[in-house]
Amino acid sequence: MNLAWPLTLGALLFSIGVYGVLARRNAVLVLMSIELMLNAVNVNLVAFSTWIRETIAIGQIFALFVITIAAAEVGIGLAIVLLIFRNRETINIDEIDLLKW
Amino acid sequence: MTEHAYLIPILPLAAFFLIIAFGKRLPLKGPEIGIVAVSISFIMSVGIIAKFVGAHGAEHAREISTRWFPFGSGAHLQIGMKIDGLTAVMFIVVTTVSLLVQIYSIGYMKGEVRYTWFFAALSLFTGSMLTLVIANNLLMMLIGWELVGICSYLLIGHYWEEKANSNAAIKAFITTKTGDVPFLIGIFVLFAGTHTFNINAIYHKVAVGDVSHATLTAAAILLFGGAIGKSGQFPLHVWLPDAMAGPTPVSALIHAATMVTAGVFLVARLFPVFAASPEALNEVALIGAFTMLFAALIAMVQDDIKRVLAYSTVSQLAYMMAALGVGAREAAVFHLFTHAFFKALLFLGAGSVIHAAHSNSMRDMGGLRKLMPTTYATFLIATLALSGIPPFAGFWSKDEILTEAFRAGQHGPTHIVGYIVYVFGAITAFLTAFYMMRAFQMTFMGKYRGEAHPHESPRVMTGPLVILGALSVVAGFVGIPGLKSGFGSWLALGEHEVESANYLLIVVSVLLAGGGLVLGSRVYRTYAEVDPLERLGWFHKVLVNKFYIDEFYMAAIVRPIRDRVSRATLWINQNVLDGAVNGAAAVAKISGDGLYDQLDQKVVDGAINGIGITARATGGVLKYLQSGDVQKYAAYLFAGIVILAVLFTRFA
Repeated sequence: MNLAWPLTLGALLFSIGVYGVLARRNAVLVLMSIELMLNAVNVNLVAFSTWIRETIAIGQIFALFVITIAAAEVGIGLAIVLLIFRNRETINIDEIDLLKW
Repeated sequence: MTEHAYLIPILPLAAFFLIIAFGKRLPLKGPEIGIVAVSISFIMSVGIIAKFVGAHGAEHAREISTRWFPFGSGAHLQIGMKIDGLTAVMFIVVTTVSLLVQIYSIGYMKGEVRYTWFFAALSLFTGSMLTLVIANNLLMMLIGWELVGICSYLLIGHYWEEKANSNAAIKAFITTKTGDVPFLIGIFVLFAGTHTFNINAIYHKVAVGDVSHATLTAAAILLFGGAIGKSGQFPLHVWLPDAMAGPTPVSALIHAATMVTAGVFLVARLFPVFAASPEALNEVALIGAFTMLFAALIAMVQDDIKRVLAYSTVSQLAYMMAALGVGAREAAVFHLFTHAFFKALLFLGAGSVIHAAHSNSMRDMGGLRKLMPTTYATFLIATLALSGIPPFAGFWSKDEILTEAFRAGQHGPTHIVGYIVYVFGAITAFLTAFYMMRAFQMTFMGKYRGEAHPHESPRVMTGPLVILGALSVVAGFVGIPGLKSGFGSWLALGEHEVESANYLLIVVSVLLAGGGLVLGSRVYRTYAEVDPLERLGWFHKVLVNKFYIDEFYMAAIVRPIRDRVSRATLWINQNVLDGAVNGAAAVAKISGDGLYDQLDQKVVDGAINGIGITARATGGVLKYLQSGDVQKYAAYLFAGIVILAVLFTRFA
């Protein structure tokens, strides 16, 4: 298998995620972009795991952990966003600057 | 008993503190502590003197001492006791009189101000005098000596609310201090000669001739300066009559029986030093001879009963000094011993009279014989004892002094001095009898001239009078001439030789005393308003004014010092010393102000403020980075990662 294809896919996914995190105003979309970045990492982990033909599949196990963490993170993140919306009637990230000087 | 003699001075000293601490809470308000303490001291004193009676004193003498604290190179100051016949006799005199005076004071001082304090001071005085007596070295003696002076000051000024009384106290203190300066120098001169303060060591050095004659003469004359001041000898006698401002028991204790005898005691204690220098002895004898006559003359015209007794004390102390001067140490101490009893009795009797008549002046008395029988009888005994009528105590001691003086005139190194002392002593004996009879007649005989309603004093006051009266009768018997183990042998420094009586001299002195009594009695029997002695004209005036000595001191010493020296000192103080102090303060203030303005305000505060301002400005700029925009933070984070990634690929 050519390693370049999955790595390219991972890099694209990660770049899209970075863009989403830095540029989107909607907090839900920012969270989704973080999921993209995590999944880009998962792609890399699985690809390298297969490429080096390891017998105990550490890369794949690690990917499973990341998926679990990502699920927990999204749960907490959406809860925070929901609460912010209830308090401030908005989820525009530019307007949520409570820690400003 | 002798080993624990140190308790004798310590008990009254402890009583002083106890009275001050607890006296006011006790039922009698203080006196009981002092009386118990001095009673124990008295019993111990009796135990000690018992060893010296009927034996050669020198054999029983003891000296115990211990190091106190070091000074100089290798020398040590001692604290210790020297117990010999002289100490034992002084113990008896001081404790007996102190005990009786304290008992008497319970009645006399009743209801007076500072009652408890008075008894505390009496205890302190007794303890100080006993310290002076027991001392085995000169510095310890000096401590007792000065403590006694302080107590005298405190007690004379007991009624300090009246200016005259506090002035009298100051006068007593300063006058005796005038004598204390040569005394102190004398101690150091003696130390320079003998390299010791220990009295026994001094005896030894003098005996073996280690010390030059000039040093001994200088030391003796300087030491005698202290004795002149303390014992009220001319020319420092002026304080003693004024000291009568104190309460009468104080006069009896301090100014008759004990403190003023300190001077006599000093000369007796250091007698070997004096004996080694005929010049010093002659000085002692001549000052004594002059003072005895001088004071007796003044005593003749005083109207204040206590002043008569005060001048009488000066005169009798001069007898003792003169006796020491002609080498009759035993006779002098014997007279000190007997005199203490009858003079204390006279003062306490006078106190009883004053208590009843509410006046010190004999012009306001008279006719008290019937009203105060006990006081009358005891005063009569004391008068006869002081006049020298046998068999009362004063006769034996005074006669011994006159006999010794006459003998010194015959056999002594300087004949003329012995004869001078004898002649002055004989005249004084006559005058003494005269002025005592005058005082007696004016006080007890004739008609009462005052306005009060006199009555006999309470038991607590007459009791001591009776005891002292008894002592005034019998105290002389211990020194009957020719007695083998009599008074003289208790004191003897070496072998005591028993002197036989000179009957011619005895007859002469008895005749003189009797003549004085008869003359005094005849002249004053009809006394009413005018003093018969006023017929003496200008001489009477001179005597009343005490030979103008006080006026002379006032004009020659006190006023120049007070008006010139003191003023000049004040001016120097105000202008020079205060100027310097104020100048220093002003300089300090100006430099301080300058430092504050320049250094503190500008440099120190500037640095602190500068740090603050800088931090604030930096923070003001940096705070804009904290925008609260999470995406910006993330952008910085990624930018940082990119930069690090580039750097790692380039350099790692």
